[in-house]
Amino acid sequence: MIEVKNIRKTFGDVTVLYDISANFYPGKCNLIIGSSGSGKTVLQKCIVGLFRPTSGEILYNGHSFLEMDTQEKKQLRQDIGMLFQGSALFDSMTVEQNVMFPLDMFTKDSFSKKLKHVNEVLERVNLTGTNKKFPAEISGGMKKRVGIARAIVLNPKYLFCDEPNSGLDPQTSLVIDKLIRDLTNEFKTTTIVNTHDMNSVMEIGDNIIYMYKGYKEWEGNNQEIIFSKNERLNDFIFASEFLKDAKQMRMIEAAQNPSNNPQGAK
Amino acid sequence: MYWKEFMHQCREIGIGSLAIVLIISVFLGAVMTVQTAYQLVSSFIPLTTIAVVVRDSMLLELSPTIICIVLAGVAGSKIASELGNMRVSEQIDALEIMGINTKTYLIAPKILASMIMVPCLVIISVVVALWGGLMAGAATGIIDSESYMRGLTMEFMELNVVVALSKAFVFSILLSSISAYFGYNVKGGALEIGRSSTLAVVISCVFILLADYILTFLLLNP
Repeated sequence: MIEVKNIRKTFGDVTVLYDISANFYPGKCNLIIGSSGSGKTVLQKCIVGLFRPTSGEILYNGHSFLEMDTQEKKQLRQDIGMLFQGSALFDSMTVEQNVMFPLDMFTKDSFSKKLKHVNEVLERVNLTGTNKKFPAEISGGMKKRVGIARAIVLNPKYLFCDEPNSGLDPQTSLVIDKLIRDLTNEFKTTTIVNTHDMNSVMEIGDNIIYMYKGYKEWEGNNQEIIFSKNERLNDFIFASEFLKDAKQMRMIEAAQNPSNNPQGAK
Repeated sequence: MYWKEFMHQCREIGIGSLAIVLIISVFLGAVMTVQTAYQLVSSFIPLTTIAVVVRDSMLLELSPTIICIVLAGVAGSKIASELGNMRVSEQIDALEIMGINTKTYLIAPKILASMIMVPCLVIISVVVALWGGLMAGAATGIIDSESYMRGLTMEFMELNVVVALSKAFVFSILLSSISAYFGYNVKGGALEIGRSSTLAVVISCVFILLADYILTFLLLNP
């Protein structure tokens, strides 16, 4: 489990995160949602250690990340996999070399053993037969899946995904969402996904944190979010008239049958 | 992996820049021969002096300095843009997430490869430039091959080779580290990658010329 306690982050005079506290649970897809510039990516980068928070605490299974020495951090990072918004694949390497890279760096296995493992992982993300292709030769959705394959090749305990569906069509987004959910359930990883894709929220949102201008505005799950009365959250998730109408219909349906509203609205 | 990256950089900097170094060196040698002959107006000065002047000019100044300025443009801009692209596309972040020291993995092999390959390129440049001078002398009838070869062995001072290699070694550190610094610290997008590459080349050239003056003063001042 990852616990974030009173995280504040400033860049010069600009404060991007204000006292954020949250828990991210293993075996669940923990979503951080919010509009662009709300601080999602900065929060995630603070959690993985790419940014050092100005104040606050980050605990990985009870151990403070900020107090770890270099060796402990290096050890922990081998348990972390991350999918970046732009996939961040190494351009000069093939798909196979990209996925094998963490194994080359952190294991002393023979090449044949590593290749076998890489092929298993590529099969897991439905990319069998793409080993020798370069990132420039594959589609955006495939790049994301290679990114996921590279992130999970060392069987991480913590999986971070920054905007996994950005730039993808709805069908490919569903494939990526399903893959993230299946991997989380299968390996019981603590998965943290940054997104503003409402399909993802409804598909995989076991635990959702809504960020607004650097503050944590709301927390719940994908069942509760529909009935939320938080105006800012509603403005965010029901941005289109179509979705507003859909919500209206759900509210009427829930009023007629109260058992459909899981916990009442908050 | 570090060794593999080091060898890759040796290939990129050494083999990747070889063609341009050869072309520039041939013409440098040829032009130096013709120009020196033009300036030797007295018939009391033996023709072998042309070869002596070409040899020492190439060793002491032209090969190390000109070739390293060219390498700042060829290899330096490549280092800066490669690292800049990796920074902007979050590849460096991806390496750091994996717990890899990116400075050790990405920058150190480039500087080390440069320290080894640039002096080699400078030595190749000197040899090719002298051959270029020989060809130009023979082709234009300024100096015959035999006199030119005799001139190359006259009054040879080992110190000149030491100066050439010392300059090449220092310049290699300057061009690779300055380029790596600008590339690694890029902020922004594609436009900034271009800007930082250009800046890296300009700053490298200025520092190379400054170091050239200091080294010449220190090594050759009587």
